[in-house]
Amino acid sequence: MKKDIILAGVGGQGILSIAAIIGTAAVNAGLFLKQAEVHGMSQRGGDVQSHLRLSSEEIASDLIPGGKTDLIVSVEPMESLRYLPMLSPDGWLITNTEPFVNIPNYPDINKVISEIEAFPRHIALNAEHIAKDLGSVRSANIVMLGASSPFLDLDYNFLEDAIRNIFQNKGEELVKINIDAFKAGLKFSEENK
Amino acid sequence: MEHKLLLLGDEAIAQGAIDAGLSGIYAYPGTPSTEITEYVQRSKEAREKNIRSEWSANEKTAMETALGMSYAGKRAMACMKHVGLNVAADPFINSAITGAHGGLIVVSADDPSMHSSQNEQDSRFYGKFAMIPILEPSNQQEAYDMVHYGFNFSEKMKIPVLLRITTRLAHSRAGIKRNISKEQNKGGLHDNLKQFILLPAIARKQYKDLLNKQPEFEKASEESSFNKYIAGEDKKLGIIACGIANNYLMENYPDRKVPYPVLKICQYPFPKKIIEKIYDECDEILVLEDGYPLVEELLKGLLDKGKKIKGRLDGTIPRDGELNPNIVATALGKDFTKGNEIPEFIAGRPPSLCHGCSHNDTFLALNEAMSDYSKGRVFSDIGCYTLSALKPLESINSCVDMGASITMAIGASEGGLVPSVATIGDSTFAHSGITGLLDAVNNKSPITILILDNLTVAMTGGQKSSAFGKIEDICLGVGVEKEHIHIIKPLIKYHEENVKIIKEELVYNGVSVIIPRRECVQTLNKRMRAKHKIKTI
Ligand SMILES: Cc1ncc(C[n+]2csc(CCOP(=O)(O)OP(=O)(O)O)c2C)c(N)n1
Ligand code: SF4
Repeated sequence: MKKDIILAGVGGQGILSIAAIIGTAAVNAGLFLKQAEVHGMSQRGGDVQSHLRLSSEEIASDLIPGGKTDLIVSVEPMESLRYLPMLSPDGWLITNTEPFVNIPNYPDINKVISEIEAFPRHIALNAEHIAKDLGSVRSANIVMLGASSPFLDLDYNFLEDAIRNIFQNKGEELVKINIDAFKAGLKFSEENK
Repeated sequence: MEHKLLLLGDEAIAQGAIDAGLSGIYAYPGTPSTEITEYVQRSKEAREKNIRSEWSANEKTAMETALGMSYAGKRAMACMKHVGLNVAADPFINSAITGAHGGLIVVSADDPSMHSSQNEQDSRFYGKFAMIPILEPSNQQEAYDMVHYGFNFSEKMKIPVLLRITTRLAHSRAGIKRNISKEQNKGGLHDNLKQFILLPAIARKQYKDLLNKQPEFEKASEESSFNKYIAGEDKKLGIIACGIANNYLMENYPDRKVPYPVLKICQYPFPKKIIEKIYDECDEILVLEDGYPLVEELLKGLLDKGKKIKGRLDGTIPRDGELNPNIVATALGKDFTKGNEIPEFIAGRPPSLCHGCSHNDTFLALNEAMSDYSKGRVFSDIGCYTLSALKPLESINSCVDMGASITMAIGASEGGLVPSVATIGDSTFAHSGITGLLDAVNNKSPITILILDNLTVAMTGGQKSSAFGKIEDICLGVGVEKEHIHIIKPLIKYHEENVKIIKEELVYNGVSVIIPRRECVQTLNKRMRAKHKIKTI
């Protein structure tokens, strides 16, 4: 088993939480893992990415080679397209459709969405709306994690345990909200895959 | 399966140090080194073991304090980002002459590709310059293991050891096996109490000792399990891969079998005998280094009349920037798959000040106050506020090294640029601004200094600033006149008032200090969330 994943978004959108949950689940599943994160300057509202590599064999490079990524999971639509050169010819693009506009020259969102929809293997959902309906906009990242989960080859239980693990010291209520967010994302992907 | 800890390279170093009997870690924050010290600060185990871990005012004080702990016979670590080693260079180079007593490791985290830095200098040159052993882990486990080895080696050879990492290892997570547990040293002095007195007569002797240790350092590199020669059938090429470059090399061979002989170098000085072996048996040599071409340059020599050496100097690999698996593939003449192009309408997304950041309101006021003068007068420094160089603020004209805003403003004012302005963060002021302020006061320089006090070290994630609560007293103590020190509140509702104060001080023919004070919104939010959590429990 080998999965190379790029997590993308804007600094502050919570991609490191997604990485931490998948990472914990993978380690508990007995897999090897490498996960390169971005800290520092670009965390201030710039574009951020994390390379997440899971494998049943030992992993050499912390960075995924270009054109070898199985899955781009993006919390922001334009950011999902920034990493296309990294995506393998049979890879999946999984993205939130709610734009995060903090630059004056953000492109026409319709153009961004049609580009995503033109991509043969994609899942596009408004994670913000789904999270809001569940009562916590801040869980949009976990909705995206849920949407990516059918492609991860990780047992559901490992992922749910990892979510519990990450949120448990923030209270039972947050654990529940996030598990619901996860399930909502998962459901969307199952229905639209 | 055995239990593994999922740790960043930085955290692996910290855990390695805790497990190897560390007594104190000394550091000033700096990407990508910050998480080493933060891990020790958070570690329950470190607290139980009473390991000291508070931040130092700057890298020089950190290095010197670590040396003091080594003097007292305990294991100490000093951590910094690569440019921090410039600040600590004086004690660092001299610590090679004094030697160490308790194990002393200096960690320097380099940032090839300048993800969060002003340059991409390679700390291995400093290690070579100081003539001390260097360890350069290729992965997180090796980072963990090397700390233990490094402390033992440092004590055995009575020498500080440099541990060099790069951003990618520092900020990448992998599973770590813990395999050491050592008590802290009891402490006690070295037999030779003159060792640390670098008077010329003693220093000459100590320096000779250092020179005499070189063959032993080299022998250790040759015998080190971190350096490995791996045989290969095809002798048309030999590959020397340093540190993390090994992983990028192996990534290109899914079965991990490289057809060429490979020399993995993770400990220096250079293991000359093994280098000689691969050099002699192969037609050409490819050198892979995540940093400057240190090994490559030495192998090539000044005249480059020997074997063909491929790497960053002959263009096989780009001269600057971080390595990655594809760059290495290209160097090996291998093809790799490419994904689709980035659509041309995708816009860049540079970092920017957070919504509600106090720096934004300060620079809006400064921009307006400066509108009466010609452009190019605002010297700045390093921190979140450096982002005011970008659109829409475009307020500042320099960012060189920590503290340089004040001193450059002095020089520029003496060169005729009156008024000149310096903008410097509270932590940067504590790090390296105070001595510059003293120069300004002694010179009676016609400059206006804005000390941007957001009550934290924001850029690196909100650490405690060592000038916290002391800034006015420091300025008064250094000799700034009381009536030319102002504290303002950087909020839009006080904009007019703030502009007026800045304008008045710009025309004063002497040193003025204005302190815009308002907490960073990120640390404020963090504090509020923590408070809220306590309430709801
Ligand atoms: C010699 C050196 N050490 C450390 C750093 C890393 N660094 C960059 S900005 C910064 C913090 C600046 O804090 P402050 O001056 O308070 O400004 P703020 O980010 O809070 O606005 C640090 C530690 C550096 N660039 N150079
Ligand atoms: S982290 Fe704090 S200081 Fe930095 S940009 Fe954000 S609000 Fe401003």
